Amino acid sequence: MKIAVCVSHAPDTATKIIIGPDNKMIDPNGVTYAINPFDEYAIEEALRAKEKLGCETIAISTGRTANKESLRKALAMGIDNAVLLRDDAERDTLSTAKALAEEIKTQSAELVFFGKQSVDYDNSITGQLTAELLGYNCVSVVVDFKLDGNKIIAEREIEGGREVVETTLPAVITAQKGLNEPRYASLKGIMAAKKKVIEEKPALESENAVEILKMKKPPMKHAGRILGTDKSSVGELVRLLKEEAKVI
Amino acid sequence: MSNKILVFLEQRNGQIKKSSFETAKTASDIARHLNYEIEAISVGAVIENVAETGRYGVNKVTVFSNSTLANYSTSAYSELVAEYAKETDADIVFFSNTSMGKDIAPKVSIKLNAGTLMDCVSLDISSGEIIATRPVYAGRALIEAKITSAKKVFTLRPNVFNIGQTGDTQAEVVIKEVAVPNLSNKVIEIKKSEEKLDVAEADIIVAGGRGLKGAENFHLVEELADVLGAAVGTSRATVDAGWRPHSEQIGQTGKTVSPNLYIAVGISGAIQHIAGMSSSKCIVAINKDKDAPIFSIADYGIAGDVFEVLPALIEEIKRAKS
Repeated sequence: MKIAVCVSHAPDTATKIIIGPDNKMIDPNGVTYAINPFDEYAIEEALRAKEKLGCETIAISTGRTANKESLRKALAMGIDNAVLLRDDAERDTLSTAKALAEEIKTQSAELVFFGKQSVDYDNSITGQLTAELLGYNCVSVVVDFKLDGNKIIAEREIEGGREVVETTLPAVITAQKGLNEPRYASLKGIMAAKKKVIEEKPALESENAVEILKMKKPPMKHAGRILGTDKSSVGELVRLLKEEAKVI
Repeated sequence: MSNKILVFLEQRNGQIKKSSFETAKTASDIARHLNYEIEAISVGAVIENVAETGRYGVNKVTVFSNSTLANYSTSAYSELVAEYAKETDADIVFFSNTSMGKDIAPKVSIKLNAGTLMDCVSLDISSGEIIATRPVYAGRALIEAKITSAKKVFTLRPNVFNIGQTGDTQAEVVIKEVAVPNLSNKVIEIKKSEEKLDVAEADIIVAGGRGLKGAENFHLVEELADVLGAAVGTSRATVDAGWRPHSEQIGQTGKTVSPNLYIAVGISGAIQHIAGMSSSKCIVAINKDKDAPIFSIADYGIAGDVFEVLPALIEEIKRAKS
């Protein structure tokens, strides 16, 4: 059995977003990229499964050479091997999922972890699409994961609670914050990761099914009124909420 | 092209959710303008309010029913929806962007060989095709996009599309018994959280941040939420500090919300938090620091001590409501 974890290299969540000159994507100049935060939970869960089962782990990313930084982070945390599916074109989620599914098949990985969404396009479906392409079972937005032989019991977050899902391998699990506490890479891990060779091969090419026509800034909310600096403004606030905003 | 739209109606506890009615109404408006036929599909055991879909412009609903399908099953639900979409030759399938919608829509899109646009916040059909607007980078930018494949799947963000005028037509309901559902993936239990109301579904949210100074002071936030019938939300800082559960976190690594009223208490307004709540219709900020970024997007603010302002606000709202 082999475990795969799919990694996205995304703008740091504190980065200021500036629309690029083509008005279709962000201007990457000055943007700090880092591993997608949800992928760290995916890596941690892959490592825990590895420690329990003693099997091999591989990190997969599709995109530009810069993605190797995030793959290296996965290696530093303890993932055994990494592969970059090289692709310089802009891909939609379907095309990305097809490339990942192809590699997962090649690797014959039976348990695959994703972050529940990548903090760039926020589609939150790459894991589910990949599972369906592979014919694997899938549990998304997982906050608790147990594997017993072939059987999976996973808890997924839903509105107002959790669903406890029962399924079997092979499966794709998408990780939500709260699933675990991702470990820090040890100095030894970081040094070892630097020496590892990240395999690079061209990503499977397929057509996009979504075309971005335009990217724009959301309408700016204007700053409103500061009514005061203490509890004497509370009466005015409640009146405005009732009569002007009509929200209570 | 058969010019047909299919809407998936999500049921929980045998009731179609409000977000599904929003989606049905939006899809039926589009169907009327583009001259498409429209019908709806739901999966469950017994669904009580399904005929009400007629009030939102969808006059036929097919319900796939089996006692084992009361709870969600990724495998069974996605198979039934995709098979029915194929049988009716639907070109476009709409879902709500809920936890169920986000799980099932991508499964159905692969089975139909369809492109997918998730979490749409507006749909423009003036050109004769659907141009969707959706937030990216947690709402710090928007994209306008279209699906280029013949079959199309869209999910619509809850609480954004207006239901508007409704009629009193009841939909024709066709019940189809499912003989052997594919339960290779099934929900065996639902654990309800202790919070009474989830931020993702609330009309009013009271969110408390680090300015509350400790988990023990959150009763003030809870009390205000109680008198308003609101959900309790929070910022990343308090979740990381272990004061509040992650299910309450609003922002880039938490939930994105757009309630009618958002009251931010002791929240400074980090860019990641604002990304998750700036589309709220009315924003109130209470924070000691008058330079806190939250005031730059708040409709109304009180630049005062939360421990003084909150108790007074709770009393004032109680008075206003009585």
